[in-house]
Order: sequence, then structure tokens, then C-alpha cells
Amino acid sequence: MGSFGGWNLPIEYSGIIREHLAVRTHAGLFDISHMGEINIRGKEALALLQQVTCNDVSRLSKGQIQYSAILNEEGTFVDDILVHRLGPNEFLLCVNASNKDQDYQHISMQNHFDAEIRDLSSQYAQFAIQGPKAACILQNLVNVNLSDIRYYRFDHGLLDGISCLIARTGYTGEDGFEIYFLAEWAEKIWERLAERGQAEGMLFAGLGARNTLRLEAKMALYGHEINEQTTPWEAGLGWIVSMKKGNFTGKSALVQELRRGVQKTLIGFEMRGPGIGRDGYVFFKDGKKVGWVTSGSPAPFLRKNIGLGYVNEKDSRIGAVLDIQVRKHLVPAVIVETPFYRRKNY
Amino acid sequence: MKLPEHYRYSKEHEWVQLKGDIATIGITDYAQEQLGDVVFVELPEVGHVFHVNKSLATVESVKAVSEVYAPVGGQVIEANSSLSSSPELVNNDPYGVAWFVRIKLSNIQDLDQLMSANEYQSYVIEESD
Repeated sequence: MGSFGGWNLPIEYSGIIREHLAVRTHAGLFDISHMGEINIRGKEALALLQQVTCNDVSRLSKGQIQYSAILNEEGTFVDDILVHRLGPNEFLLCVNASNKDQDYQHISMQNHFDAEIRDLSSQYAQFAIQGPKAACILQNLVNVNLSDIRYYRFDHGLLDGISCLIARTGYTGEDGFEIYFLAEWAEKIWERLAERGQAEGMLFAGLGARNTLRLEAKMALYGHEINEQTTPWEAGLGWIVSMKKGNFTGKSALVQELRRGVQKTLIGFEMRGPGIGRDGYVFFKDGKKVGWVTSGSPAPFLRKNIGLGYVNEKDSRIGAVLDIQVRKHLVPAVIVETPFYRRKNY
Repeated sequence: MKLPEHYRYSKEHEWVQLKGDIATIGITDYAQEQLGDVVFVELPEVGHVFHVNKSLATVESVKAVSEVYAPVGGQVIEANSSLSSSPELVNNDPYGVAWFVRIKLSNIQDLDQLMSANEYQSYVIEESD
């Protein structure tokens, strides 16, 4: 067990590598109830969200989800989030556990709109079931047709009679679902999923596998690839920024950054010598420090040691070799295309 | 996993097997369990001399980097190269094929600080509480 954002969470149940491989080949079940849920509703809920997030919320229809971010005036990340459109004037945000209170404050302080913000995190539990078998395991238990829920869409349904929001999202790079429901049902739903999943080779998966899976899929982790010193341009997340939608917090800083030129850029690397380039380790080129590792780890499915990190724009070419200081040695690493892993059928 | 009776054990969860003045050193089953899947082992070079309680090797699991401390001091005469190609041996056979180094003991008195199998057994039970 480990401490994370004020919660006590399992790092692993039966082994990080086993759990990681199970998600890639069968299924894994994650308890992600530590995530925060913030509901925003009202006549001007859309306007509030357009102001405080960088993606274009107006593109969402009911039942649709977008990956987005809350930025501050400097254009750097307060948090990365998912925005679910529940209705014309109602949205559910899924936010990181460690940033939930800051997110709430940040949105509230900008709420000059006819909109109500409610932190529902303590009422909701959340599980993720991820992997090629996730859909068939979950389908046994729900009254909605999961093949009608496309990627980045959600529906409401009953899981063994319990009301849930079932979203086809995830943090692993596999097909799968994230399910939201009232916390009192958590044990029952966990047990139902465990029963059904066992026959399909599903394992319980903890934070350790959650991290190695998202890393292989090149998904950002707040506090690593994104934080209050990083902009979406630097993090390769320009695709969640809508410059067309009108003003939003951080927009003018982002415009200025484009004019000045982006300083650092996020790259993916693979170790080319013995050693693992880990979070915080330094990149060297010709004896000079040129950047740092934001996330580095063995990749259990790819069977390589990989990572993400920031380098100067000019040192970011695919194929370039950098040295990473691993304790007393400099170990070579090569910059590679990302994501490191992409599942076969989308 | 049964604790080999004839080994001696350190508080940092290393084991020592003595033959004359040659000591074979590894980490215990309890240590490998705490680490989780071992993915990388960095061993010292042959000839390297180190004192008791100094860092002898580095073991990396998926999530973390851990130091292995010398339970006894001496000079490395052999390092287990199979751990570079198969680090998972540390999880599978910590008392056997996954020995880390063989050293020529420099100070026989270092052994006095080590525990017997029974003493280590009790020590682990206390640690786990």
C-alpha cells in the first residue's frame, strides 16, 4: 500500500508486471475512487467551462467526453481533466485527486457566471476496467449495450441494479471503461466485477501498473509531464487547446509563447545501455546538461526501459542519442516516436 | 520459502554463506518480496574492496531503486553475471542461483553482527508488525 494524494492505495496486488501484462492481454480492474468529481450546472455552465478550460467544450454533445486542462494566467497547468457533458447545462469533471481542491478553488474564483459548482468527490467511487476483455466482462453485468458506447462517450446504466455512469475512457492505452457510482456500492460492484472477470483472466491492478501502462501509451501524469511550470505546447498537448473558441484563462500567455518560440519540448526515449533512466535523472549531450526525465521506468509489455522527458527544442530530433546519468554512469538513450505502444484496433 | 539454516543474516535483509574465508552474499526472500519484480541489478567489479555496511550493489524493481549494503567487508572475487540477463532470478531463487557476489572476507569479526536463521526469522516477524 502507498500514500497518494491523501489516499491509501495499493501499489500492486500480485505484482506490477503481472498486472500490466494482464491489462494488455486480458483485463485489469483498478480502484480509482481517489479521483475527484466536480459537477458544474446552470444556465451559464458552458460559459464558465469555456473560460476555465483550454479545450472547446461547445463541441461536446450530451454523452460525449473530452480531455482538457485547467490553465492559469501563465498558460501553465493547474490540472488535466476529463469533461463529460451530462446535458445542455450540466457537466461532470473528472480531476486528479491531488489537485481537486485547487481545481475547485480555481474554478470558483472565476465563477462570474450563472453556474453552480459542486464537489461530489466524497460521494462517488470510481473503478476502471481495462483490456481487450473489459467489454465482455462488463457487458455481463450492465443493462446497456456497451458497443453503443463509443470511445470518449458515456451512458448511464444499471450495473447489477446499481445506477452508474459508464464511460469508455481509460489511462492504459487499452479499450475499457471507467465507471462512476455512489460510494456505498463500491464493495458490491468490485465483487461482481471480480467474479465475472476471473474467468476471463482479469487481475486486480494497482498504482504501479497504472503508471507503467500509461507510460507505454504516452499519457501525461500531473506532477511529471505537466505541472505549473509547463505549457500545453511544451507537453505536446496543443491538440487540447482551442485557440478559436474565444477567450480563456491562459490564452494570451499561450499566444505570446508561440510568438517567442517554445522553449522546451517533451520527448520519448528508450534506453540503449544497461540502466533505467528514472524520474528526475538528467540528460547530457557532449557533457552538457540538456534536460531531464519526467517519467522513466521499465515497460513490462514492450520489454524495454522507456521514459519521457524535457529537452531543448534543438535537441529533440527523433533518433538523437542522449546520455542519462544513472548514479555514477552515463547511459545512452535514443529519442523515439511516441506513443511507445498503440493497441491494434481502435 | 525456507530459510537456509547454515546461512547468516543481516538486519538489512542480506544473507551470507561462509566457506573458509570466502563469503557468498545475496538478499533474502523477505527482501525480494518487499521489492517486487526485480528488473535490474548493478554489481560491483571484481577486485572492488568495501567495508561492512557500505553500499555493495543496487537492485531495481519496477518502481524503485534500492541499495544493498555489505553485511561483511572484503574484496569481490566474483560477481554473478547471470543477474544482468535474468534479474528475475532474484525473485525466484534468492538463496540459490541469485547470489550477488563472492568476496574474500577481510574481517572475521564482521560475522558477529549477523543473525542465525532463527534469529532472522524472529526479526522479520517483528519488522512486519
